Amino acid sequence: MPLSNKHLLGMQGVPKEDIQLILDTATTFREVLERPIKKVPTLQGKTIVNLFYENSTRTRISFELAEKRLSADSVNFAVSSSSVSKGETFKDTMRNIEAMKVDMVVVRHSAAGAPLFLTKICDANIINAGDGIHEHPTQALLDMYSIREKLRKIEGLKICIVGDIAHSRVALSNIFGLKTMGAKVSVCGPLTMIPKYIQDLGVEVIHDIDEAIQENDVLNVLRIQLERKARGYFPSLREYAKYFGITEERLEKNGKDILILHPGPINRGVELSSGVADGLNQIILKQVTNGVAVRMAVLYLLGTLN
Amino acid sequence: MKIILKKINLLNPEFNINQKEIDILLIDGKISKIGNVSKEDFEEGECFDFTGKYVVPGFFDMHVHLREPGREDEETVLTGCNAAANGGFTGIACMPNTEPAIDNAEVVEFIKKQSSNHLVDVFVIGAATQGRKGEVISPMAELFEAGVVGFSDDGVAIKTSGILRKAFEYSQMYNLPIIEHCEDESLAGGAMNESLNSTMLGLPPIPSLAEELIVARDVMMAEYTGGKIHIAHISSKKSVEIVRIAKQKRIQVTSEVTPHHFSLTDDEIKSYDTNFKMNPPLRTREDIYAILSGLKDGTIDCIASDHAPHSPEEKEAEFELAPNGIIGLETEIGLALTELYHKNILSLENLVEKMSINPRKILNIPIPKFEIGEFANFTILDLNDIWTVDLSKSKSKSKNSPFDKKLLTGKPVAVINKGQMFYKDKFMKI
Repeated sequence: MPLSNKHLLGMQGVPKEDIQLILDTATTFREVLERPIKKVPTLQGKTIVNLFYENSTRTRISFELAEKRLSADSVNFAVSSSSVSKGETFKDTMRNIEAMKVDMVVVRHSAAGAPLFLTKICDANIINAGDGIHEHPTQALLDMYSIREKLRKIEGLKICIVGDIAHSRVALSNIFGLKTMGAKVSVCGPLTMIPKYIQDLGVEVIHDIDEAIQENDVLNVLRIQLERKARGYFPSLREYAKYFGITEERLEKNGKDILILHPGPINRGVELSSGVADGLNQIILKQVTNGVAVRMAVLYLLGTLN
Repeated sequence: MKIILKKINLLNPEFNINQKEIDILLIDGKISKIGNVSKEDFEEGECFDFTGKYVVPGFFDMHVHLREPGREDEETVLTGCNAAANGGFTGIACMPNTEPAIDNAEVVEFIKKQSSNHLVDVFVIGAATQGRKGEVISPMAELFEAGVVGFSDDGVAIKTSGILRKAFEYSQMYNLPIIEHCEDESLAGGAMNESLNSTMLGLPPIPSLAEELIVARDVMMAEYTGGKIHIAHISSKKSVEIVRIAKQKRIQVTSEVTPHHFSLTDDEIKSYDTNFKMNPPLRTREDIYAILSGLKDGTIDCIASDHAPHSPEEKEAEFELAPNGIIGLETEIGLALTELYHKNILSLENLVEKMSINPRKILNIPIPKFEIGEFANFTILDLNDIWTVDLSKSKSKSKNSPFDKKLLTGKPVAVINKGQMFYKDKFMKI
């Protein structure tokens, strides 16, 4: 069974079968990553452009490694968002790139909907590597893969996403994907950082971190973006760490074995204490490894669709 | 020069005129005979068969952006006027968010000069504050003398309540309204209406509260100062409720709505098509119901386009980065007839009031009279013609509209003003 869509723009609307197929395929590639020679010829002759309108070292490297390990020809195209309004338009840039005959485009952009916009002006497979505060589907897929690897299932699990939900593309993609896979999803964070209509997605909203720990099997802890403080979404890092940070004491107090994920990079001492960030509950570095395998799976499934 | 309009229905609710199947003779642009047009007149004049069409006082759009001076690549006074005539308007009022802003007499005179020979009357709204910066009120006396018909910082609300008070007090000396784009900037700054859609689309939200708070502030200030407030492009249910209550309290408040705010919801944005990006943003079905009831009961006085031309290179961009607004002059009457008249929200009389009479009243502009000796200022409507919007035929310099290819019922077929006539379908001429 191939994937039902030639692009991966978000987790919204992606059917359960597709998610399962991606995760199962990733298992195969995960094994490739353990070999001495970590390369397969699957996408030989395919050209992939990594179009990054926003700085992102990790996601870009993860995609780049995935592409290289599938033997695709990949090139990086980095543009700073600030030059967009002055210089060449997004549309013109994309037309130029398409004229170079590329097969797939991995796009990261500060504006929501930019990947969808690309599908209208070019024929390549488009993979969203994060668009504004909208979606980041491969992150959600690697989170789901990591949860499934550790806990052997997703269906029926109680999973809470903690932090700045309103400005997170990771949160939205996780919510859509996890709900499709049958998990019970909640969000926890200061109410200034919870979007007003999030409950309508069937998500419970809590603002007591102890309750989040007690009630859930998994916490997916988001990075607090420091520039949000400047805009007044929370009063101070100290207050955030005290009331929403995950610490060893807090885990101990609630006496519970809980799985902790974090998309990185971590602000140690803010959303996670150092002890937790390096502790037994977390699988943060596993997520990074799995990220490559999941991205290989996505590229492979889309690249061999036709 | 004689022009005969044959078998028209004559309707002017302001003067209780409602006559069916009647002939009109115009000589040199003036109404010369109503009925009893003689055989000689028919033979000498240019004759138009308008059987079944309606002649109404020329339609007036009080919220138009002409972009000149400053962005002549997007629209000029001339192209804007051509779009207005093509859209069935004989008068428009243009907004002051040009570059430079219309905050001095020279710019007012420049715009008036650019439009002086055109069929369409162009009236100018002056900036309420210098440079539209919200810091110091504009030279309102000088602007009044130059002929402005209202004041607005359009594009933004007057920044502080302190300046708003002064603007109300000063403008009252000339009996001109303050026209407000109601938006609390500290709550806004997003790309679409705050709703489940904004959450799901990952677009930064603008709550309707940002509009409602300023509507409330402004009507209270109008009450306190005794000034006149006109709420531009009202878009939310609660704003309509606030204006309704203010009218009951006899506060001098009027309001307008755009065709897109009574016909589209934020569901359209799922496509990230920037032709659905406007400010105020498209709202919800519930807001549209409130707007329709506001149109019915008179809470909303006018329909205005907020015609906002934008260049394709700026509009065809990422949703968050694209500018707000759409062109609207040439789809306005069609949308109003389709969505309001044919759906029994407004009678034709009510529609004419909201698109011709009320905007002129708000801006102290005389209402066209249908009397012998008066210059004809007419819009001629075909209420039932079914047509498809074709943006490539638009007279505007810009083409940013979400209504391309839309099927509409009813349209303007001709306008007459200042001794000039513009008509669309040549076959009507016999």
